[in-house]
Formats: sequence, C-alpha cells, structure tokens
Amino acid sequence: MKATVLVRPKPGILDPQGQAVSSSLRHLGFDVGETRVGKVVDVELATDDPVEARSQLEAMCDRLLANPLIESYAIELDAE
Amino acid sequence: MTPDERPLIAVVVFPGSNDDRDAQLALDRLGADARRVWHSDSALPPGTSAVVLPGGFSYGDYLRCGAIARFSPILGAVGAFAAEGGPVLGICNGFQILTEAGLLPGVLRPNASLAFVCRDVPLRVEQTDTPLLARCRPGQELVIPVKHGEGCWFADDELLAELEAAGQIALRYAAGSNPNGSVADVAGVTNGAGNVLGLMPHPEHAVDRLLGSADGALVMGSLVDAARMSVAAAV
Repeated sequence: MKATVLVRPKPGILDPQGQAVSSSLRHLGFDVGETRVGKVVDVELATDDPVEARSQLEAMCDRLLANPLIESYAIELDAE
Repeated sequence: MTPDERPLIAVVVFPGSNDDRDAQLALDRLGADARRVWHSDSALPPGTSAVVLPGGFSYGDYLRCGAIARFSPILGAVGAFAAEGGPVLGICNGFQILTEAGLLPGVLRPNASLAFVCRDVPLRVEQTDTPLLARCRPGQELVIPVKHGEGCWFADDELLAELEAAGQIALRYAAGSNPNGSVADVAGVTNGAGNVLGLMPHPEHAVDRLLGSADGALVMGSLVDAARMSVAAAV
C-alpha cells in the first residue's frame, strides 16, 4: 500500500525557510502570517495491512525520516 | 608510544566529503599517520587511535545533513570506538553526522540568515577538560574559518541547561560574531565523557599562518596528542 509522511518543524523551532517564503508571499501581495516549510515523503510499502503499515512508518520516522528534537511527523495511509 | 612515533588517525570519507584531504594533510603535518577510510568499510584500520569525520556534504545533505551518513557501515565501528573512550572529532558535516547518530547532543539547522557563510570567525574556548582541546587555554580566543549553510546548532532550554551544567559546551562564537544563529552562540560541543568533540568551524583549514591563522593547529594537535595517549593506554 501507499502512504504519505508529513514532516514539520516543531512549533517554536526557528524556520528560516518558512520566514523567507512568507516574506516572498507578502511581496507578491498575499496577506499571510507565518508560513512553515516541512517535507512530504511518499512511501510504497510491501504490506497491505494498515496496522502493520503504520507501525513500519512510525519506525521509519523515528529512525530516519524525522529528527525528534526539531520535527514532528504525521502519517497518512492512502485509501485504495 | 614515543613522541616521534606517528599515531594512526582514521579520516572517514563519505560520498560528498570534501575536507578529508585537508584534514589528512593537517594531521600528517602535526605528527600523525592519517589515513582516509571509506565509509562502507565496517571496521576501522587495526591500530586506529583517533577518528575524524571531516567536512563536506555527505549524500548531498539529503533529508537532513548527516541523516543518511549516520547509517554508513563505518559508523557502527566509530560508535564502538567512541564508547571505549577513543577520541573522535567531527568537523562541520562530521559534527552534523555525530549529532544525527546520537553521539553528540543537539542538532544542526539551516543558518538563521539562510545564507551560506564562509569567513574567519573568532571563537572562545569554554572547556579544556576534553583531551580534544587540551592544547588550548580556558577563555582563549581562536580565529578559525566557518563555511556552512546549516550550522545553526539547536537544543531546547532543558538540554542546553544540562549541557552547560555538565561543561559540554566546548566552544562558543565570540560575542557578536555568531555566523548562523546557533543557540547560546554554541560552536562546538562534547559528549558526556569528553572524548567526542563536534564543531562547525574548520580547524583543518587554519593550521598555517599563510592561510590567515594557525589556531586550528591547537585543535588538530590536541587530537594528535589524544591519539598518542590512547595508543599508550592500550599498550
């Protein structure tokens, strides 16, 4: 099955990339407050079991995809 | 080991390392036998008495700096070497890899300015109990270049207070000279035992006055001394 992992800078963590994006959006005339930039990781898993998939994805996030000091993550399993 | 024998120091080379030869040259000039070791080796060369993780852009800095290199086979051997008290120095990308590997506290983030900074910076030595800064005096100012886009060291308030209390903040940028927005002006930290040091500035680029400063030789030379002592202890 397929899944999407969203990795975000934790609240309170300085996100200079997000600051640059929001400043650029304001230059373009958009009325925006803070923007935060994270990452999207689309993963194809061998398993079709949602419980097993979620458990594997959590292990992936804890070991590699996110750094718990500065990032949070959210897992979305794609409904087939 | 007698003072004229050259301790073997392994300089790990990752795909994308680019300061390994400078580190090797600096260490050789300071009396070591520095050898470059490929990241996919699973063991350090027999007789290794210190390890350097050099600067560069391992794996293109993909995902997060150091996040992929930390799973290189050699890192298992480096971790075991460090756990036994072996001296390990991580410079720039090497520092990033050591934090991702959990061998050093904190994490390196994109510079607050979002700009890549490349210039000499003044540093203050905060800790000389670590063998890796033993040639320095407490409070000594060193001028050593930085060159990085992601050198903003971060730890939350609780971790920072712990590290300050434990004396693990080894180097700070001098007041007003923080090039990247790092928390508490931190430029380098050690592990709890003091045998692993990571820093963003590049001591291997400052070992000759012709290059603007020889202050980096105090750091690289401390590593050579530590390597000699670690060989002596093993004999």
